[in-house]
Amino acid sequence: MSRKSDEVTLMKGNEAIAHAAVRCGCDGYFGYPITPQSEILETLMEIEPWKTTGMVVLQAESEVASINMVYGAAGCGKKSMTTSSSPGVSLMQEGISYMAGAELPGVIVNVMRGGPGLGTIQPSQADYFQATKGGGHGDYRMPVLAPASVQEMADFTVLAFDLAFKYLTPAMILADGIIGQMMEKVVLPPFTPRRSEEEIRRECPWATLGKTQDRNPNYISSLELRSEEMEKINLRLQKRYREIEKNEVRYEEIQCEDADFIFVAFGTMARVCQKAVEIAREEGLKVGLIRPITLFPYPYNRIAELSEKVKGFISVEMSAGQMVEDVRLAVSGKVPVEFYGRMGGIVPSPEEVLNALKTKLL
Amino acid sequence: MAKLKGAIVVNTERCKGCDLCVVACPSEVLALSNDANSKGYNFSFMEREDNCTGCAACANVCPDACITVYRVKL
Amino acid sequence: MNVKDIINPANLVYEKTTVMNDTPMHYCPGCSHGVVHKLLGEIIQEMDIQDKTIGVAPVGCGVFAYKYLDIDWQQAAHGRAPAVATAIKRLLPDRYVFTYQGDGDLAAIGTAETIHACSRGENIVFIYINNGIYGMTGGQMAPTTLPGMKSTTSPKGRDEKLEGHSLDMSKLLMHLDGVCYVTRQSVHTVASVRKTKRAIRKAFEYSMMNKGASVVEIVSTCSSGWRMSPADSNTWMEEHMFPVYAMGDLKDIE
Repeated sequence: MSRKSDEVTLMKGNEAIAHAAVRCGCDGYFGYPITPQSEILETLMEIEPWKTTGMVVLQAESEVASINMVYGAAGCGKKSMTTSSSPGVSLMQEGISYMAGAELPGVIVNVMRGGPGLGTIQPSQADYFQATKGGGHGDYRMPVLAPASVQEMADFTVLAFDLAFKYLTPAMILADGIIGQMMEKVVLPPFTPRRSEEEIRRECPWATLGKTQDRNPNYISSLELRSEEMEKINLRLQKRYREIEKNEVRYEEIQCEDADFIFVAFGTMARVCQKAVEIAREEGLKVGLIRPITLFPYPYNRIAELSEKVKGFISVEMSAGQMVEDVRLAVSGKVPVEFYGRMGGIVPSPEEVLNALKTKLL
Repeated sequence: MAKLKGAIVVNTERCKGCDLCVVACPSEVLALSNDANSKGYNFSFMEREDNCTGCAACANVCPDACITVYRVKL
Repeated sequence: MNVKDIINPANLVYEKTTVMNDTPMHYCPGCSHGVVHKLLGEIIQEMDIQDKTIGVAPVGCGVFAYKYLDIDWQQAAHGRAPAVATAIKRLLPDRYVFTYQGDGDLAAIGTAETIHACSRGENIVFIYINNGIYGMTGGQMAPTTLPGMKSTTSPKGRDEKLEGHSLDMSKLLMHLDGVCYVTRQSVHTVASVRKTKRAIRKAFEYSMMNKGASVVEIVSTCSSGWRMSPADSNTWMEEHMFPVYAMGDLKDIE
């Protein structure tokens, strides 16, 4: 805990999330064990942040309870989060929808594993639809960040809270089992103190901290039975999502300047595709990579621009093909958009994905 | 023993005419009016006001907090 | 002395608590919810804790509780109030935090959250309204529905062989070590209203003494769901509910 902020350490992606949460002034963590992300809860229990920053850490009885604890904490204006993996995140969808409806900020981490059902504990990216298209009921979206390194697991924990509070929405970090489990060098974020109650009252005037004489009661709810009012709430939410789309698109491009063909991949698959780009370049093939960092908002415009000058895209995913639909939307038929994916927890190799590119696009 | 005399004021617009105060009153003071409020409820009123002791039984059981109770010792 | 002379602020003995606002409540005539709301308001006013109290409303008729009591509220997903309240209390330990839940919420869909919040000994208060029926959705059978009791989903009466037995949550929760106080009350007579008020106040006080969870079950009527007048509902409750859900304290660790 006395570590200096610029110190490089070696740790798992899951551990980085735990440390970053404590450092960025998180007030409450509520979680339930599930492979491959249990190290987050375990790390927090090990470092006992309640003794230092006062952060509350609680192992809940289920993912359903966890997300509703996040709801309760968020309703008090507190920075709170939960983490899980695919089956657990499915259980949280009700709570995420309620948070979206009640306009509550909070962070949900999904360290994805293969499905459907109990599936496998091996890595997967098959929760893309669930995360980006609103996995729960009702018209809502939330910022979805896709880390591709342990460093980004730490950085995005901070960023996810920033986005959540800026737009009063749940925000998700969509990682996969590899990013969660692998060890890498990481520079943890500097310590930011938890906000005082006075600061919360100022920054979150809607928070339920107890009704003081100088204001009306606050209530947190997603319920509105009057149709006209409910539509107004929906329009407000939609306006906010358009703002997020305008302001928060993030992506990384690797050797796209002169590329004829472009890989589109996020998370672990982006790392594999980056290696495939290297191999392709050695072979004289002009291949690039665009890595969406925000999956919502999606970099449609940038992919559309690139589609003006390349011969084709291939979306590479650890799924049956989910993000590829967004790539096709962006490209809008201008050039071919192909897909290559593996399922069941299998991570394709760089040679495999490059071979897929050659077979499908050359 | 001092004699207690009471009176109540019913918020007739808030009253839903549920009748529970009428049943609860130990002195049979209350009844439901033949008149209705704007929502169509026959609100309660002091039919036999001389009997009221201001015991507040009616107000205690009133689910809609419609009843204010006053009492004097004579 | 005539009525006009008696009606004078100097002679005031009972008025609506100031914690309850003037918004007309949506509850049906004679509904027990109103009395319990009123008691909560009175206790919060008497303890002077309006600025320190956070309520968690359920899904069910109590969903709109926030409209009537001028305190901060959170409305939880169906059955999740104990999880929501857990986080609030853990993050704001000097606040009075209570859940307000019906039997559909607490005894059916939210059983897991209820049992675990109680088992963890969260310093929160459960206000548990048990009328043996789903009121808001139109009188369907609940886990608490009495054997033989008619509802819209047990129109010929609850058949225990087919639909199981009545679930007595208070009896179940009293065995948990995290629970300090379990009591079963009602609000259909003056005496019972006063007892319930004392019980809720005790539960609020316990929650600030870090003794664990308190459960105040209030056996209630649902005259619309039961298809009876409010007065007949009270009689029916005494005759049919009380033999199954007996009044009184089940646990009190003083």
